[in-house]
Amino acid sequence: MTGEDAAIREEDLQAYVDGRASSERQAEIEAYLAQHPDVRERVALERRQRTTLRGQLQSKFAEPVPSRLWIANIQGGRRRRLARRLGLAAAGLMLFVVGAGAGWVGASRMETASAKATPATTAVAANASAAYRTFVVEVAHPVEVDARHEAHLLQWLSRRLGKPLVAPDLARFGYRLMGGRLLPSDRGAAAQLMYDDPAGKRLTVYVRAAQGSETAFRFWHEGETSTFAWIDQGFGFAVTGGVSRDELLPIAEAVYHGLNSGQTGVQKD
Amino acid sequence: MADIANLLEQQIPALRRYAYALLRDHERADDLVQDTLERALSRWALRRSDGDLRAWLFAIQRNLYVSRWRRDRRRDTAVAMEDAVLAGVPARQETVLEVHDVLAALDQLPEEQKSLLLLIGVEDFSYDEAARILGMPIGTVMSRLSRARQRLRSIVETGRTTLLRRVK
Repeated sequence: MTGEDAAIREEDLQAYVDGRASSERQAEIEAYLAQHPDVRERVALERRQRTTLRGQLQSKFAEPVPSRLWIANIQGGRRRRLARRLGLAAAGLMLFVVGAGAGWVGASRMETASAKATPATTAVAANASAAYRTFVVEVAHPVEVDARHEAHLLQWLSRRLGKPLVAPDLARFGYRLMGGRLLPSDRGAAAQLMYDDPAGKRLTVYVRAAQGSETAFRFWHEGETSTFAWIDQGFGFAVTGGVSRDELLPIAEAVYHGLNSGQTGVQKD
Repeated sequence: MADIANLLEQQIPALRRYAYALLRDHERADDLVQDTLERALSRWALRRSDGDLRAWLFAIQRNLYVSRWRRDRRRDTAVAMEDAVLAGVPARQETVLEVHDVLAALDQLPEEQKSLLLLIGVEDFSYDEAARILGMPIGTVMSRLSRARQRLRSIVETGRTTLLRRVK
């Protein structure tokens, strides 16, 4: 190799920062950096910033994909727009307008998409919904351990679930933690946290072990009860309440962010 | 159709990450991704079958952002910086600052430099692919990437001093 070939240029340094230099070139660049401490320091800072940026954006990458971005729903939206343009479906038009206004595609697509949900997510949603209906009407003992003993409650549930559990702060939606309980499930222990608002309206956060790699939010509707469920790293999560899908979605997203950040009081955005 | 859905869905997490880094707003980022997917579906037949799907999707999203979205982008980076500090895990102060610094600093770069750093540094596109997505010669990619990193360094350095002064 001639001296000219070996000369280190700026693009070599950039390739080094990105880990894209050939192994042979890599050695030459490192030899060069060893003799130029100022350049070495600069390159190290650029690498660090690159890593930091990747780390900062990693949680966004790992988030469940919201249902409005599922391809089936987007295709549904396209079909409805086409129908509207052709003047074929007045009812379909209504559905689309309502859905778009709320940031969602029409209700009928949602149910179709739900029907295709993986069994694991569906099972979590069904369990959570059943547990909700059992305890939401309970007057004397809605929770097993109440929120005055929150630390003890979470420690206990975390130990039984084998997963560190936090109680997401839902105060900005008007809900405060009432307490929680341990429940049986076909996958071992399950935890239910219950919240209520000043009017006494209740919602629950349900967690149990679950397998499945699909992390999308799934919506489940049963009578007056709405549930969003998802699977994340070996656990299934569900947020259930007697509210509309649109009302529940931001709460479910806050719970997702709250549980994921491993801290209470986290604010989305 | 199921195949198309499957192919596209694999790319959605990365498209959301790129959109969020550009817009710094969760809802609007998903709006941009939705636009991107709609356009991809409507142009699916026009796609070169031998072309790389991932690069094609990122090019669509980047073009949509530049043509329609950039104008009303959220600009209150100062607020975003404070949020980042407040929401940060109780780690060593320095760590928290360094984390939010890079993302906040990125916000102050022109779109082209920002996209270069994201496509190459985060999304792992090759220089060649980035050149095609951004529609510029590869030599330009290399020189502008270098300039982008240089600017990022200087912004982070000044940004940190400002923030520390405010914290005191």
